[in-house]
Amino acid sequence: MNNDMRSYLESTARERVERLFDAGSFVEFLPPSSRVISPHLGQLDAPVAFDDGVVVGRATLGGQNVFAAAQEGGFMGGAVGEVHGAKLVGLLRRAAAEKIPAVVLLLETGGVRLHEANAGLIAVSEVMRAVLDARAAGVAVVTLAGGSNGVFGGMGIVARCTNAIVMSEEGRLAMSGPEVIETASGVEEFDSRDRALVWRTTGGKHRYLLGDCQAIVADSVVQFRAAAIEAIAACRSRSTALGLAELEQEHAMLGERIVRFGAMSDPLEIWAALGIEEPATIPMLDAAQFVAAASAHRMGGC
Amino acid sequence: MDWQTLADALFPRGHSLSEIDHFLSGIAQSGEQTIAVVGTTGHAPIGVEIALAQARFVLQTVREHAGKHPRPPILMLVDTAGQRLRHRDEMLGINSYMAHLGKCVELARREGHKVIALVYDQALSGGFITSGLMADACYALPDATIRVMGLPAMARITKVPEQRLVELATSNPVFAPGPENYLRMGGVQDIWRGDLAAQLEQALATTPAGDVRSRLGQERGGRNFTQRVIEAIMAGSDVLAP
Amino acid sequence: METLTYRFDNGTRALPPQPRVIGVVGSGNLEVLIESAPQDGACTIDIKTAAVGFGATWQAVMQDFHERWQLMDASIAINDMGATPAVVSLRLDQAVETMLGAPT
Repeated sequence: MNNDMRSYLESTARERVERLFDAGSFVEFLPPSSRVISPHLGQLDAPVAFDDGVVVGRATLGGQNVFAAAQEGGFMGGAVGEVHGAKLVGLLRRAAAEKIPAVVLLLETGGVRLHEANAGLIAVSEVMRAVLDARAAGVAVVTLAGGSNGVFGGMGIVARCTNAIVMSEEGRLAMSGPEVIETASGVEEFDSRDRALVWRTTGGKHRYLLGDCQAIVADSVVQFRAAAIEAIAACRSRSTALGLAELEQEHAMLGERIVRFGAMSDPLEIWAALGIEEPATIPMLDAAQFVAAASAHRMGGC
Repeated sequence: MDWQTLADALFPRGHSLSEIDHFLSGIAQSGEQTIAVVGTTGHAPIGVEIALAQARFVLQTVREHAGKHPRPPILMLVDTAGQRLRHRDEMLGINSYMAHLGKCVELARREGHKVIALVYDQALSGGFITSGLMADACYALPDATIRVMGLPAMARITKVPEQRLVELATSNPVFAPGPENYLRMGGVQDIWRGDLAAQLEQALATTPAGDVRSRLGQERGGRNFTQRVIEAIMAGSDVLAP
Repeated sequence: METLTYRFDNGTRALPPQPRVIGVVGSGNLEVLIESAPQDGACTIDIKTAAVGFGATWQAVMQDFHERWQLMDASIAINDMGATPAVVSLRLDQAVETMLGAPT
């Protein structure tokens, strides 16, 4: 199959890593042959994976040294357990120590792995701190979100701690999944089977319009690659660390969001309020058409 | 424990904490120090507004003391039922509001403010991941509830019988709720008993530099793999230390 | 979960040194880790499977695999989540082909 057409969504984590970074450049840390598996799943009679569902290592991207992590959505929904989380933390801490230019996080995850509950929660929190420590050390941390499981739970928070997020329309970024909300608060609150609503609420296009992701690409490994290169360059052209001015700007934007959109019940209303002429057509536009229609109207992201 | 009783116990030398819609903030005296206090009450679900309100307080504290020395410590008081489960919060991007709070806490830390957290009642999952778990150190009262999810719901979702989870919880801190388990795993630095004001003063005097939780989890035997995996990657080794 | 182990001797095809992994541990799927290992010429296959009680089926699939490839000094480890015999054979073949550098 022509590489240009390769779907990011349908690729496994390993395939994404092989195809996105410079050919043959990826070297894995703690590879499957190390057999560092989950110490907890066995007791629950659940199958393990030799890489505990995440591939981490170093590579080059457009000739530049980067570190990379790719979560495997097919294993336990990409959810974070003790070993999985520790691999991410180790990768980020090492990137900070070695002053690697960038870490690219190919995220696809439901968040904390319930089978490892407390360990997963603490791990996600450690990943969060490790992301911010890496940023403080001058490392650009970029998230790619284009997998079918989306980026949910505590990892949806981690993503918004990174310098930039690239999404496809198919990608989703949120905290609680629609099923969880429907179970807790009823189907009138959020009908998890209404796919159009789910994507309007948590999908790439909505996040782009809100300013929560910085780029939208088509479902293509090659396009994610190009956008990652661009995002890294943009991040490294300014400070990667947190700053008071940047956070105050983000604070103002988040406050404005509540004021302007807090009383709305459907994202279509938000898109209309942002000045999109025919909001109902947004879901039909391809990535390039969408960016052309949306970029003048989207909220400024941080 | 209600927040007023807690505040009186923590700050015998006085405080000016106030609460609006479960959002708690103010300043207080601890020993010789004035500290900034922010948090939630009433098992508040964390939605976009209360996440932003906490962040606002942290940013105000940072701005107010910019350029001055020393910077006042920040104490986060945690009592939450978890993230608010509403379509509206997801639509507005609650993950961004949570991340924003976490980033503000991180900024405060980098600007020289010590940040400690105390779970004084409930801490469920996403509700405290960017408050309590972003502090330099998180503490808990002995009767606090700390967990990801109740065991019955966990049993339903994982398809593991609840009885099995309950059994395993006695020997593996990973599943069981409670401050003792989080302590063993390194997520909680210590559990405060007795003189809370004295515990607070000591905590402020012994705040760790950097994220030490993976090492604590190893030392205390609650997480036997995290620190070794991190060290193997740092060292470029493909095997874990024994 | 069930653990099954197979050992085949008299293989003739050696493997290159770099370990490979194929597949994902998802419902109806499996991962295969294949590596060269000095084992007095034996090809060993260690299986952890969520589908319990299919020993005879696994035996047949492994037998066929060994007849097909005749690997020597090969260590194969499988984490299986209920894949059909056809999918198991496919992944095993993919693993060997990847190892040997053939296009998959």
